[in-house]
Amino acid sequence: MAHAAHGSNYLNAEKGLWSWLTSLDHKRIGILYFISVMSFFLLGGIAALLLRGELFAYNAVDALGKTTGQLLPSADAYNQILTYHGAIMVFMVIIPGIPAILGNIFLPLQIGAKDVAFPKLNLASWYCLMAGASLAMFTMFSTKVDTGWTFYTPYSIKSGTAVTTMVLAAFITGMSSILTGLNFIVTVHKLRCPGMTMWRMPLFVWALYSTAIIQVLATPILAITLLLLAMERTFGVGIFDPKLGGDPVLFQHFFWFYSHPAVYIMILPAMGVISELITTFSKKTIFGYTAIAYSSLGIAAVSFFVWGHHMFVSGQSEFAGIVFSFLTMLVGVPTAIKMFNWVATMYKGSIEFASPMLFALGFLFLFAIGGVTGIMLAVIPVDVHFHDTYFVVAHFHYVMVGGTLMAIMGGFYYWFPKMFGKMYSEFWARMSWVFIFVGFNVTFFPQFILGAMGMPRRYFNYIPAYEPLNRISTMGSWLIAIGFLMALYTIINGLISGAKAPKNPWGSKTLEWEADSPPSVHNFDHEPVVTAGPYEYK
Amino acid sequence: MINGVPVQEHYRDASHQFASAKEGIWLFMATEILMFGGLFVGYLIFHMKYPEMFAEGAQFLDWRLGFINTLVLIFSSLTMALGIYFCQINQPKKAVGALAVTILCGAIFMVIKYFEYTHKFHMGIFPGRMLDLEMLNHHLHEMGKPAIVSTNLGMYFGFYFCMSGLHGIHVILGMCMISWCLYRCMRGDFNPNYYTAVEGVGIFWHIIDLVWIFLFPLLYLVG
Repeated sequence: MAHAAHGSNYLNAEKGLWSWLTSLDHKRIGILYFISVMSFFLLGGIAALLLRGELFAYNAVDALGKTTGQLLPSADAYNQILTYHGAIMVFMVIIPGIPAILGNIFLPLQIGAKDVAFPKLNLASWYCLMAGASLAMFTMFSTKVDTGWTFYTPYSIKSGTAVTTMVLAAFITGMSSILTGLNFIVTVHKLRCPGMTMWRMPLFVWALYSTAIIQVLATPILAITLLLLAMERTFGVGIFDPKLGGDPVLFQHFFWFYSHPAVYIMILPAMGVISELITTFSKKTIFGYTAIAYSSLGIAAVSFFVWGHHMFVSGQSEFAGIVFSFLTMLVGVPTAIKMFNWVATMYKGSIEFASPMLFALGFLFLFAIGGVTGIMLAVIPVDVHFHDTYFVVAHFHYVMVGGTLMAIMGGFYYWFPKMFGKMYSEFWARMSWVFIFVGFNVTFFPQFILGAMGMPRRYFNYIPAYEPLNRISTMGSWLIAIGFLMALYTIINGLISGAKAPKNPWGSKTLEWEADSPPSVHNFDHEPVVTAGPYEYK
Repeated sequence: MINGVPVQEHYRDASHQFASAKEGIWLFMATEILMFGGLFVGYLIFHMKYPEMFAEGAQFLDWRLGFINTLVLIFSSLTMALGIYFCQINQPKKAVGALAVTILCGAIFMVIKYFEYTHKFHMGIFPGRMLDLEMLNHHLHEMGKPAIVSTNLGMYFGFYFCMSGLHGIHVILGMCMISWCLYRCMRGDFNPNYYTAVEGVGIFWHIIDLVWIFLFPLLYLVG
């Protein structure tokens, strides 16, 4: 406890805003990401509440020509807010979320390193995210964009809104993602402490490593796609333009060649967090360590060959459709391996229902629904029916929110004592879980039914028959909002008046818990030497 | 500092740091190749669809200029490699010379590209739907050549300008980074134990060179 003696840690070693904005310490950069990503999440969340608010009631025109039930000024406003919700949540919240915040702070700690391989690049990638986000915010608030986050051609070429600057903003945030991934791969290869073999790495590190491979290999395709779209809009180069013999569907192929692997960029780190939580709070060695590690790599590999399932109805050949359908179902195998191993880990464990574990269990429950509906959507005839309906919206929210966001919350609560050296109020953390979990299901389960009834996604209004379920869904979104406000309160309250956290409050076995809470600037007093696997609970 | 090498504290020694930096550079090169890969895939698809149109477009490119540029870039790869070699054998003055020649080659490449581009603009050749077919046919008529047959010639030039343009941006970036290496070399930063920056920029330069070696036949010789 040499450092604790004089109370110096990474949070208080240097003071002042400038010391934060120029810090090369991976933990401080993680905190920078934490603050910025949470702010983006707030904005994206407000957009979501506005969308749900608009859909609360069926918009009717009464006998006097007066519109009732309308919240937003116009359908165009709805389209814009929809675009902002999607773009913010995807590019600025869920993609950087776990790797850039929790990964930045805990990847070096978990492998016993002093820092990531390229600290300057790490800071640069935060500035890339901020530059991209600033450009995106500037575009959103000074003009408008209404294409949805997918920027599909030909509409994105024709739209009179500021698509080009928005696309460039996404390009720059992509740079940030590439640099983070690159940094993590080299860190894992080169900076493991003595005794930390690849097969002794915590599963969170395995998940981040697999994610980083996708980030490095897939994001450049998004970069060129977005550049070509910008070129198409400025110079009309013709590649996506049928008038010149180009093909708008090629844009979809390019876009999903990145964006489908990107959904695994979003979910793999979440799975890594869940592996840590389940084993810690079951006080039991993880079941099937090797299988879970390989399944992360397996998901990363298969993720590159499934993009065509977004285009079952876009005019690709039937044969291509069948192949993509089969490959998509294949993703279910490594995913199920993880699910079964987590459940097997809990079997006969001494489970402690602490708030991080509640989020992990929430993840298992919700992600199972999200995953199985994904398999349903991989079946071509089913997809033809469900395509572009609320069924798809519900499916990917179950995966992205029910999966990734639950894991982010669980991970925050789990590592909060290590990050800030304080404990939070367990009561309020559990309350936030109750509201988020219940609210989530109330919001999104009705959307499965609405989708099956045929309600199309992305629309400003609907037929009266859809109104009751939409009302329930909107009320659920309020519960989620309350849940996140409680989580915010829990965090702030913990920061201000939390009790001092011990080194290892949960009895975890991984290396980061051997550092002080909060860790010193150099992470460990002495370079750790590892002699055993990461989860050897007695 | 270990043996005159600035080693960051999270590395064991200079060679550990060097190996990590090199791996990082190679990963970044993978992203560069994949980014160009998107254009190559697009080219492949539409070339299969419209081979005659691509052939018709390629005749407006002067293969001799492209060939000279290819030679210039290959030569610059040699001088870049020499720059690294001279750093390794501790002859910084020669290294400065080699890097200067590399920058010069990059400049020659860009000047030739500039003349190629302006000539095309003069003919009315612009990317995609900005292609001025009337102006181009007028020029062809004056030269006694037949008018354009393809209806979508703009797409070929869409590819031409996107691919050579993105490559050109990388050449300029490479020249900037080599200039930075040259400055550091003149300052005496590099020695046989530490020349990471030159090595990394060298890898970048070779990859950019390699991309051009693929672009040259695809764009100039496809007819």
